[in-house]
Amino acid sequence: MGNFIASMPSAIAQGLIWGIMAIGVYITFRILDIADLTVDGTVCTGAAVCAVLVVSGVNVWLALLIATIEGIIAGCVTWFLHVVLGIPAILAGILTQLMLWSVNLKIMSGANVAVPSRTFQVLLTQMNVPMALVFLGITAVVIIALLYLFFGTEIGCTIRATGNNIAMSRAQGINTNLTKLIGLALSNGIVALSGAILCQYQGFSDINMGKGAIVTGLASVIIGEAVIRKISKNFAVKLAGVFVGSVIYWIVYQTVVFFKLDTDLLKMLSALLVAVFLGVPYLKKQLSGRKSKGGAVNG
Amino acid sequence: MDNNAMLQLNGIVKKFNAGTINEKIALNGLNLTLDKGDFVTVIGGNGAGKSTMLNAIAGVWRVDSGSVILDGVDITNLPEYKRAKYLGRVFQDPMMGTAADMQIEENLALAARRGKRKTLAPGIRKSERVTYKEMLSELGLGLESRLSVKVGTLSGGQRQALTLLMAAMREPKLLLLDEHTAALDPKTAATVLDITERIVNENNLTTLMITHNMHDAIAHGNRLIMMHEGNVIIDVRGEEKKKLTVEDLLEMFRKASGGEFSNDRAILS
Repeated sequence: MGNFIASMPSAIAQGLIWGIMAIGVYITFRILDIADLTVDGTVCTGAAVCAVLVVSGVNVWLALLIATIEGIIAGCVTWFLHVVLGIPAILAGILTQLMLWSVNLKIMSGANVAVPSRTFQVLLTQMNVPMALVFLGITAVVIIALLYLFFGTEIGCTIRATGNNIAMSRAQGINTNLTKLIGLALSNGIVALSGAILCQYQGFSDINMGKGAIVTGLASVIIGEAVIRKISKNFAVKLAGVFVGSVIYWIVYQTVVFFKLDTDLLKMLSALLVAVFLGVPYLKKQLSGRKSKGGAVNG
Repeated sequence: MDNNAMLQLNGIVKKFNAGTINEKIALNGLNLTLDKGDFVTVIGGNGAGKSTMLNAIAGVWRVDSGSVILDGVDITNLPEYKRAKYLGRVFQDPMMGTAADMQIEENLALAARRGKRKTLAPGIRKSERVTYKEMLSELGLGLESRLSVKVGTLSGGQRQALTLLMAAMREPKLLLLDEHTAALDPKTAATVLDITERIVNENNLTTLMITHNMHDAIAHGNRLIMMHEGNVIIDVRGEEKKKLTVEDLLEMFRKASGGEFSNDRAILS
């Protein structure tokens, strides 16, 4: 049991790193109302770019920045496929994700790159979890604060309006193609940043590291919403909730691993969780809609 | 060019499903000129092209041919979001004109910035809230104390009234009302029409209002047009319009179109 408790800080660190990724998912899925599957590829792109740059001696902060920019570019590619070429958003994301698979292999010149913390200057490592937690805690607060401010600006409001009601947005003079671009770019930039941080923490980048990221991210968003719902409707609290959801997800994961339960079933569990939480509100609406069907909207 | 014209539609053609068995000519060489300050009510049967006309003006899609001139400027090829600067729009569906998950004040703030370049400045300023409070209190719906409430919690009538306020902001050259009271109960519809009348008069807005209610079409505005098969077949204004009755209108329709007036929702009596 002592070992189990000792493994919790590491689970929290993982939760915070994947929480950054989940924030990216929150921006597209909840704010922009697009299910963007690009992220499965973008996590690895961020990790790959960061790993290769750090190994070749580039300053680690600069590596983070460049990794984030690569993610932004990936988001722009999905935008191009979706908005300019008219491909449905889900398929556009899958196409970019597949492109990124090849791109990631080329970046790493193989399936993985090691970034051992003993050899290279990194910002955080699982060899020193307390320090990693301090770094991640600060990072989470900074991200929440910046996004809170951004979505309160004129541009931020137009992005929220676009996801909420696209017809109204156009009628109010919002260039919805542009707002979708900003949203997708921002989201994938943040996801790539999480990948870059993850590769430093675990000491390597790997071609498989983004697999199922979208589902993990959605699960975190949903768990977070369930926890935070009663507390506050404040946007900053909602963002913090995403981190909370992700940390809970990884504590559950750690528990499953520790008690040697079947980890093969984890993806099934996360997928079912997401399906249930997205499906139940829909069914509820269907049922209540049937009752009150017909009749005008009352004043 | 007519200097007093606010809107000129010249030979507008719009086909849907062109080249297929379902081809439908929604607008068939439509010509219409609105003078500055005109308040025109629009009636017509099912598929007459009323909403299509409004969408053509708003730029929801491109027209097949013809031109849209607004206050002397050709806007035929301008995308929808750029035209929005000059237009105020209210839709039939109360859900369509506002962002449900955003606050009342945030919706108003978006409308206040219609056609302006968006920056990283705050999405809403303190001073704006004072203005919005005053505007909302004039509606008399008690919304002035609920600025930070999400629009999704409002009733259909409240949402239409709010959408009207938003549409009238930024002094639009043209107000487009697409059966904006059709989804409301009669009492609420009357309230929203009163508010419409007041906003149009106070701002001296040039207005196109589609309605399914012939009485409303006669009672409001200075001019009435009836559409049929993608064209204007009846155009009455001034004193002549004031004397109109529903029976006159139906008789005029029979003469002009050679058939009976048919509209599922039309209120004739």
